[in-house]
Amino acid sequence: MADMTATSPGAAPQGLQTADGRPLKAALAASQARAKRRAFYLVAPLLAFVLLTFVLPIGQLLSRSVSDPRFIENVDRSSGEVTPIMVELRDWFKANPPGTEPDEAAYQALAQGLAQLAELRGQGDVGTRINYEAPGTRSLFTKTARRADDLEAPFKEAILDVDEDWADPVLWQAMRDASSRYTINFYLAALDMTRDVDGNIVNVPEDRQVYLLLFKRTAILSVLITVTTLVLGFPVAYLLATLPLRYSNLLMILVLLPFWTSLLVRTTSWMVLLQSQGVVNDLLVWAGIIGDDGRIQMIYNQMGTVIAMTHILLPFTVLPLYSVMRPIKPSYVRAARSLGATSWTAFRRVYLPQTVPGIGAGALLVFILAVGYYITPALVGGSSGQLISNLIAFHMQNSLNWSLAAALASLLLAGVLVLYWLYDRLVGIDNLKLG
Amino acid sequence: MKRTLILTSALVAAGVAAQAEELAVMSWGGAYSKSQVEAYHKPFTEKTGVTVVDVVADNPATPIKAQVEAGNVTVDVADVEYADAMALCDEGLLEEIDPSILAAGADGTAAMDDFLPGAVTDCFVATIVFSTMYAYDDTVFTGEKPTTIADFFDLEKFPGKRGLRKTPKVNLEMALMADGVAPDEVYDMLETDEGLDRAFAKLDTIKDSVVWWEAGAQPPQLLADGEVAMTTAYNGRIFAAAVSEGKPFVSVFNGQVYEYDGYVIPLGAPNKDLAMEFLAFATQTQQLADQAKWISYGPARKSSGPLVGLFEDGKTEMGPYMPTAEQNLEVALPSNFEFWADRNVELSERFNAWLAN
Repeated sequence: MADMTATSPGAAPQGLQTADGRPLKAALAASQARAKRRAFYLVAPLLAFVLLTFVLPIGQLLSRSVSDPRFIENVDRSSGEVTPIMVELRDWFKANPPGTEPDEAAYQALAQGLAQLAELRGQGDVGTRINYEAPGTRSLFTKTARRADDLEAPFKEAILDVDEDWADPVLWQAMRDASSRYTINFYLAALDMTRDVDGNIVNVPEDRQVYLLLFKRTAILSVLITVTTLVLGFPVAYLLATLPLRYSNLLMILVLLPFWTSLLVRTTSWMVLLQSQGVVNDLLVWAGIIGDDGRIQMIYNQMGTVIAMTHILLPFTVLPLYSVMRPIKPSYVRAARSLGATSWTAFRRVYLPQTVPGIGAGALLVFILAVGYYITPALVGGSSGQLISNLIAFHMQNSLNWSLAAALASLLLAGVLVLYWLYDRLVGIDNLKLG
Repeated sequence: MKRTLILTSALVAAGVAAQAEELAVMSWGGAYSKSQVEAYHKPFTEKTGVTVVDVVADNPATPIKAQVEAGNVTVDVADVEYADAMALCDEGLLEEIDPSILAAGADGTAAMDDFLPGAVTDCFVATIVFSTMYAYDDTVFTGEKPTTIADFFDLEKFPGKRGLRKTPKVNLEMALMADGVAPDEVYDMLETDEGLDRAFAKLDTIKDSVVWWEAGAQPPQLLADGEVAMTTAYNGRIFAAAVSEGKPFVSVFNGQVYEYDGYVIPLGAPNKDLAMEFLAFATQTQQLADQAKWISYGPARKSSGPLVGLFEDGKTEMGPYMPTAEQNLEVALPSNFEFWADRNVELSERFNAWLAN
């Protein structure tokens, strides 16, 4: 590139040139490119690390939220070989519009699919997949696949003979949905919606609706926790920032010590303190404030979640606030006072605006951490203090419906990103000071 | 130089050999793992010289699934619940077990006749029968004591908080039995919408007084802390707290829900043959009876029953603490794995929604 510009007649001949006759602009660009490349090589290991251990696995997991191909392909666990399954039935679905009454051809295709599954030992996977969308059907697949070899024409009769639940239109709609590789059904489920037998999107019955409620509760509790940490953390940070260093360092240890203590230890300590036979209740009973029968339920409900999470997340507000407050010169407030401002006005118009970057950083950090918290609510939240992350954990660990967990997690991530964007528009991300 | 080479090769070979003589067995931890170490692991090591490594998980079924799916199996044998074993087997995540490797009963009964009905399946050999029952703190109820499952749901007669496991499983069954449904009709009723509504309505009556637990170690802790007056629990955990630690806990088996638990071998286990050998060894009559010396879970072989003697303390008779003891089976329900394999997703959703509202 440098050669080209050097010999090019188009290069401004009367412009500044380096000692060896190259135009200064091109030489500068070349050396800057080199510096950039070198900087990139230095960052490259980290970039590769983040890509490999963070972006790829998370992306892969989140991609499950739109795809669960267990109805269309079988993966052999020891060899990793992929076999397409339910081919005939999928063809039948393609040839017939939704809502078509399954005929003999459909049942024959089903019987062929089941026979193949029995050979591959894949009936459990397929049953689990369909069971997500049509609950109560898992054993139909395992049971019928076991007898697949005995199935003979007429197949409709033979299959219904094994179990008449095979005629259920909900089941056929579920198999139709599962026969396309990509689906939005997990997102529908994550929003308390489902498809009816004709494929229309409808709300799930009221006694099954839970996710929207929990998203709302997660947002409300997270805001509440963010506000409480700010209200509690602001004076602490102010004290730390204004005290002479030797005292403030000592106090800082008190803030950091719990920060370094294991999360589980802190949560279980709150259990010891707050439970109905716990320290706080015992003290109140001893002091005669409440009777022995009137012990206050402070844990295993929303109150427990809010108290424990506020405590655990407090350092995330205090530290950014402290780092912003420390360099603020006390002379500014003094100047305001000397010019006639009341102490409230001086605080509101002079001091507070300077701490906004710290408030923003602390609030954003606490809020984002709070929406994703699950250990603390799981331990002290009882039933009313559960957050959406507890259900994500439930689907990851218990029901093993990773697609639904991924859909819920994606929605949560999207929500946080929208908030981040809003924050950037309202406060400006440049105004963020994390420490 | 040559000598060093030989020496190193010999060392490496010895290292490999030593590694091959190790068997990783995954179980649930606590008093339960201890009983297995004493009754199975130690005698197996004595007999074969193979070191048995005790690996602990909250519920071994979960890591097994993850390991097999990722193609990185590190566990040779795992201890899982019956329903989980069926699900894992259906999904092709387990090695099939040839029942002919199982030893005949000590009294000469053929293995398949000696095991309790359904205790041996394609991929699973049961070792114990465990039960979810309820227990109360004897010092809390000074007058009349709770004796039936209906008492557990009776807040007027027996006031105080209740502990329940945070799953629909067992709770729905217990709610119906407390509501007067006979054990053999419970699952038929749960198949219907009215039956489910009835079970949830019964749970509603105590919902505000419930403290929910998740790990098996929690219920004895909740009772000991006075956080609950009664709680459902795995019977072995209450036994351990009551007999070994002398806590004033009383177990009530009326309305209990019992289930098999036993060994499976994950697909692609590193020492599959050794794992089979271990499995056959551990499920012999004497070994199963020995385990009952350490924890109050019933052996899965009929021939082990008469051999069950005293607890390790040398004075406590184990019989009355067993879920399978005759007097404990009067109002009792065997858990229906097929019902839960089918309905767990649906009912968990409804249960979660019920909890959250």
